[in-house]
Amino acid sequence: MTGRLNDALRRVPVWPLYIAGAVPPLWWLWLGLTGGLGVEPIEALEHRLGELALQVLIAGLCVTPLRRHLGVNLIRFRRALGILAFSYVLLHLLVWLALDVQIPAQIWADIAKRPYITVGMAGFVLLLPLVATSNDRAVRWLGPRWRRLHRLTYLAVLLGAIHYVMLAKGFQIEPLLYLGGIVVLLALRLPVRRRLLPA
Amino acid sequence: MARRWTSDLSPRDVTPERAFLNRRQILGGLAAAGAVTLSSPRARAQEALEPNSWEEITSYNNFYEFGTGKDDPARYAGQMATSPWTVAINGLVDRPGEYAFKDIMARMEIEERIYRFRCVEAWSMVVPWTGFELADLLDMAGIQERATHVAFETLLRPEEMPGVARPVLDWPYVEGLRLDEAMHPLTLMATGIYGRDIPNQNGAPLRLVVPWKYGFKSIKSVVRITLTDSEPPTSWNVANSREYGFYSNVNPDVDHPRWSQATEREIGGGLFSPRKPTLMFNGYEDEVASLYEGMDLSVHF
Ligand code: HEM
Repeated sequence: MTGRLNDALRRVPVWPLYIAGAVPPLWWLWLGLTGGLGVEPIEALEHRLGELALQVLIAGLCVTPLRRHLGVNLIRFRRALGILAFSYVLLHLLVWLALDVQIPAQIWADIAKRPYITVGMAGFVLLLPLVATSNDRAVRWLGPRWRRLHRLTYLAVLLGAIHYVMLAKGFQIEPLLYLGGIVVLLALRLPVRRRLLPA
Repeated sequence: MARRWTSDLSPRDVTPERAFLNRRQILGGLAAAGAVTLSSPRARAQEALEPNSWEEITSYNNFYEFGTGKDDPARYAGQMATSPWTVAINGLVDRPGEYAFKDIMARMEIEERIYRFRCVEAWSMVVPWTGFELADLLDMAGIQERATHVAFETLLRPEEMPGVARPVLDWPYVEGLRLDEAMHPLTLMATGIYGRDIPNQNGAPLRLVVPWKYGFKSIKSVVRITLTDSEPPTSWNVANSREYGFYSNVNPDVDHPRWSQATEREIGGGLFSPRKPTLMFNGYEDEVASLYEGMDLSVHF
C-alpha cells in the first residue's frame, strides 16, 4: 500500500509545488490592492503570511514522522516546503517593515523592545543559514554537518509558534494549538519516544 | 443639559453618505476652506475630521463576544436580539430600576458628534455618532452624594454570542469610569452612526463612547450601569493589568508593553496607508487634561 503510494509520489515532479506556493501571496497582494482584504489590508496580509509560514513550516516537520511511522516518503518535497516557508516569513517581515511600521527608528525600537517581535526575528534569523544551504552543492560540501545544521529548524519553528502565542490578546486557543502540534511533532523525534513505541 | 459641547464649524461635505451631516451643526467635519476661521484651540482640534465610510466603520470591529476576528462581529452579531432592551441603572442612584431603551430614547436629546476613535491596537477611525450625553442619563437616575465611579456591563447571552464559548475574557465584559469622566460633556451614549440605528457589531442598541480613551473603554451593548463608591473592575485590566490600565487614556508617550502607541494607522487608507502621529488624549487634550491634573499618567495609564 505505502509502497505503491511512494512509487506514485516518486513520479510527481517537485516544481509545481513552487508554482502553487507562489499563488497565495500573489493572490493576497492582488486582493489587498483591490479592496478584497477588507478595510485594513496591511494587517490582513501580515497575518495571512505569518499563518501560512507557520503552517508550511509545520508541514515540513511532518515529513520525517510520516516516513518513520507511516512509511510515506515525502522527502523529495521537503526542500521546497522549507524554501516556501522561508519566503513567506520573508514577505511577512517585509510587510511589517514597509507597510506596517514604516518608520525606520521605530523598526529598530520594536525589534529590541517588543519581546514578540524579538522572538519572531530570532526565528527568521535562524532560517537564514538554512535557506542558504538548501541546495545540492551545500549539502555535498557540508556532508554530515548539514543534518546537524538543519536541526536549527526545530528551534526556528518553535520560536515562530511562541511569537504567535505572545502576540495573541486575551486567552486564545489557536496559537496554543499550533504550539502544541509542533511540540508533538518534535517529541516524535526524541530517541526515548522511539524506544517506548512497540517495535 | 445636552449640547454642552459644540463646535463653531459647519461642514461642506459632498459625498452622499455624509449628506445627513449637512443638516445640522456638527462637531468637527471638514474645515470649509476659508469659510471658517479656526480661532479657538478646540476648533483647531476639530479641523479636517473626515468621517470614515459606513462600510469601514461597520466591517472592522472588535467585539469579542462574537469572535476575535475583525470580521466576526459583522458576520455574527446579527443574531443578537436588541429589542426589547432594558438598561438596569442601580447602585448609588435615587431612582434605581430597569429602564426600557425606548423610554430612555424618549427622554434623551439626541445629537450628532463626530469623534476620533483610537483603538489600543494602534489603528483609528473617525465616526459620526448620534447619541446623548451619559451625564443626562445619570442625572435622570439621580446620582447620590457618595458615588465616585460608574460601572458598565455588556449583554451576556451565550445562545446569541458564539465568542463567549471561549474564555478569551472573563464574561460578561465590564468597564468603568470615574464619575467626573462619566459626567464630562464629551462622554456619549451612542445609539446611531450616520444618523441610522447603530448596527449590532458596533454595540446596538446603545454603547458608551469616550473619545479620549482607547476604544475598549467604550463598552458596547450596555445592559447595566452601576454607580459605585470605589473603582470598579474592568475586563482588560482584569485579564492583563500590566498591559491595560483602568484609565487607558490615549497617550502617545506611554507605550503598550508589546507595541508603540506613538503612531496610528487610519482605517481606509489601503495597502499603503501611512502612519500618523497619535495625539495626546486623542486630540481632546484641551477638553479633558484638567481631569488628570497632578496625576502621573505613566503610572495611571
Ligand atoms: C519564524 C518566523 C515567523 C513566524 C512563523 C511568524 C508567524 C506569525 C503568525 C502565525 C502570526 C499571527 C497571524 C494571525 O494572527 O493570524 C504573526 C503575526 C505577526 N508577526 Fe510574525 N512570524 C514570524 C516572524 C516574524 C518577524 C521576523 C516579524 C517582524 C520582525 C514578525 C512580525 C509579526 C507581526 C507584527 C504580527 C502581527 C501582530 C499583531 O497584529 O498584533 N513576525 N506571525
